[in-house]
Amino acid sequence: MIGEGTHSTNQRGHTYVRDNVEVGFFTDPTVCIGCKACEVACKEWNHVPDDGFVWSGNSYDNTGHLGASTWRHVMFVEQDRQKGGQIVGSHSLGNPNGEEPFRWIFLSDVCKHCEEAGCLEACPTGAIVRTEVGSVLVQNDVCNGCGYCGVSCPFGVIDRRPQPLPEAGGAFKCTFCYDRQKSGLPPACAKVCPTESIVFGRLDDLRARATQRVHQLREHGYSDAQLYDPTETSVRGTHAFFLILGEPEAYGLPPKPQIPTIHLKAAWTAAFATAIGTIAVTLASFAFFS
Amino acid sequence: MPNESRIDQLREEAWAKGAVTGRGVDVAGGPIPRKPGYYGQPIVRPPVWTWEIPIYFFVGGLGGMSAVIALAAMLFHHFDVARSAMWVAGVASVLSPILLILDLGRPHLFINMLRVFKPQSAMSMGAWILTAFGMCVVPGLTTLELQTFHPFAGAIDQILGVAAGILILGSAIFGMLLATYTGVLIGATAIPAWFLHHKLLPIHFGAAGLGSAAGLLELLGHRIAPLNAIGLFVAAVETVLLIWLSINKHGVADRAIHAHGSGWLIRIGEVFTGPIPLVLRFFGVIPLAAVSFLIGALVSRFGWIAVGKISGRDPESVLASQR
Repeated sequence: MIGEGTHSTNQRGHTYVRDNVEVGFFTDPTVCIGCKACEVACKEWNHVPDDGFVWSGNSYDNTGHLGASTWRHVMFVEQDRQKGGQIVGSHSLGNPNGEEPFRWIFLSDVCKHCEEAGCLEACPTGAIVRTEVGSVLVQNDVCNGCGYCGVSCPFGVIDRRPQPLPEAGGAFKCTFCYDRQKSGLPPACAKVCPTESIVFGRLDDLRARATQRVHQLREHGYSDAQLYDPTETSVRGTHAFFLILGEPEAYGLPPKPQIPTIHLKAAWTAAFATAIGTIAVTLASFAFFS
Repeated sequence: MPNESRIDQLREEAWAKGAVTGRGVDVAGGPIPRKPGYYGQPIVRPPVWTWEIPIYFFVGGLGGMSAVIALAAMLFHHFDVARSAMWVAGVASVLSPILLILDLGRPHLFINMLRVFKPQSAMSMGAWILTAFGMCVVPGLTTLELQTFHPFAGAIDQILGVAAGILILGSAIFGMLLATYTGVLIGATAIPAWFLHHKLLPIHFGAAGLGSAAGLLELLGHRIAPLNAIGLFVAAVETVLLIWLSINKHGVADRAIHAHGSGWLIRIGEVFTGPIPLVLRFFGVIPLAAVSFLIGALVSRFGWIAVGKISGRDPESVLASQR
C-alpha cells in the first residue's frame, strides 16, 4: 500500500526467481499521476531505443501504443463520465452530478504476460520462453524475426523492431525486467512509480490486493471500477492485470481476448481434408480422363 | 472555391456537432475522443510481412500441388507430365526458402527455424513441412531424371526406380501439406478477418495451389485431359468460394475482405481463379484459362496479406469480432 516505503514490494529485494514464485504487476489508474517515469525507467534500464517523437494530439499521450520499442505506455483516457464522486465541469459547481461530466484517467499499459501466451505458442524458434516467475521472455539471440508472434498476440504487444533502430529485425516486448529479478531487484517501472500505481509482487498477493482495491473504490462511489484480467477466456488470466474504470474498449484492451491456437484444430482439419480432397481429385482426373 | 457562405457553413457545423474535421484536420482527442477504442489505435498488431510472403504462398502452393500431380501422372504413365511437374516442384522447393529467408528480420538466423518442433505453432510446422518437401523433391527429381536417361544398368537402375517412386510419394504428401498449411498459418492468428475464415483459408489456398500447378503444366505444353479436368474442378471450387466470401456474414469484424483496396484484391483474385477460367475452359480456351488462374491465385495471395494489414489496424474489427 502507499506509504509502505522501503517495505513495499516495489522497493525491497526478493528471491522470487530462485524460489520459483509466480509474480505479477497490478496497475491501478486511480492513483496514477501520468508522470511517465515508468516509460523512461523502462527505456533507460533496458536500452530500448528512441523510436521517434510524434506529436499525436491525443491528450498527453505521444507514445501511442505498446510495441517493439515501447514496453510501458501511459494512456491518457478522456471520457464524458464522472470519476467517483468528483465534482466536475465549470457549470456544475455545487452540483455533484455535474452537467458536463468529464474524467481524465491515466493507465500504464504493459505486456500482459498471459497464462496462455499467443506469442509463446506461435514462436517457431523457441526464442520465447516462460520464466521461473511465470513471465514470458523473448531470448533475443535466438529470435530470427519471422514476425509470427506479432499477429499471434491478442493484445498487440509484441512486434518486430524496424530498421534502422539498434537490434532491428528481432521481436521485442517487456521482459518483466528478468535480469533485475534474477538479481533480486523489482522491475524498473514498479520501482520508480512514485504513487505505486504499478505494484510488483507475488501473483496471489496482487490478485487479493486488486480485488480489495476494486471493492474499496466501489464503496467510494467509483461504481464502474473493475478488474481487467481475462481469466474467463482462452488466455486464462494474465500476470499483469489492471484496474479499469468503465469498459476495456476505451483503453484499447480487447474485451474477450483469445489465444489464436484455439483455431488450430478446425484449421488443420480443413487443411488435411483439402489435402486429401486434392489428391483424390487429381488421381480421379488422371484415372477417368486419360 | 472558398467563399463566405462556406465559412458560415463551417461555423454552423461546429456549433451543431462540436467538432469539424476534414482537409487533414482531425479532432483526435479532447474534449471527448470520437474514435473507436483508444484514439483509434490498433488493438492487435498487423502483420509485418512484405511482398516475399504472398509470393511464397503462391510459389509454395504451386510447387506443392505440382508434386501431387507428379505422383498421379507417374501412376497413370504420363512420365513426361511427371517430369515437368517434378521440375516445377524442384524450382519451388528452392525458391520458397529463399523468399522466406528474405522476409526474416534476421536472415542469418534462419536455421533457428529448425531448432524446435512445435505442433502448436503453424509457423514451426510450416518450416518442417517445407524442409521435408525439399528433401523429397530434390532427390526425387534427381532419381526421376536418372530414370529418364538410364545412365546405370541392372540392379542400380531398378533401385533408382523404386527410390524415385518413394521420393515422389513423399513429395506429394509434403507438397499437399505445403499448399494448405499456409491457410492454417494465417487462420490461427489474432487478426479478425483472418481467424474468422480459418476453415476457408486452407481450402482456398489448397485449391488455388492445385489450379496453379495444373495451369502452369498446361502452359508448359502438357495439354492433356486430366489437367483440364483438374482446372475445371478447382475453378468451380473457387467460384463457390467467391460466392461464399461475398456473403457478408461477419459485418464490421471482417470488413477488410469486403471494403478497401484489400477487398478488391480478394474479389479480383477470386474472379480470375473462379468464373473466368470456368467459362474459358468450358469453351476450350485452355491457355487463357491457365493464365487467368495463375494471375488470380497470385493476386488473391497479395489480397489476403493486405486484408491482414487492414484488419489488424482496425480496432472496430477487433472489437466486433469479440462481441
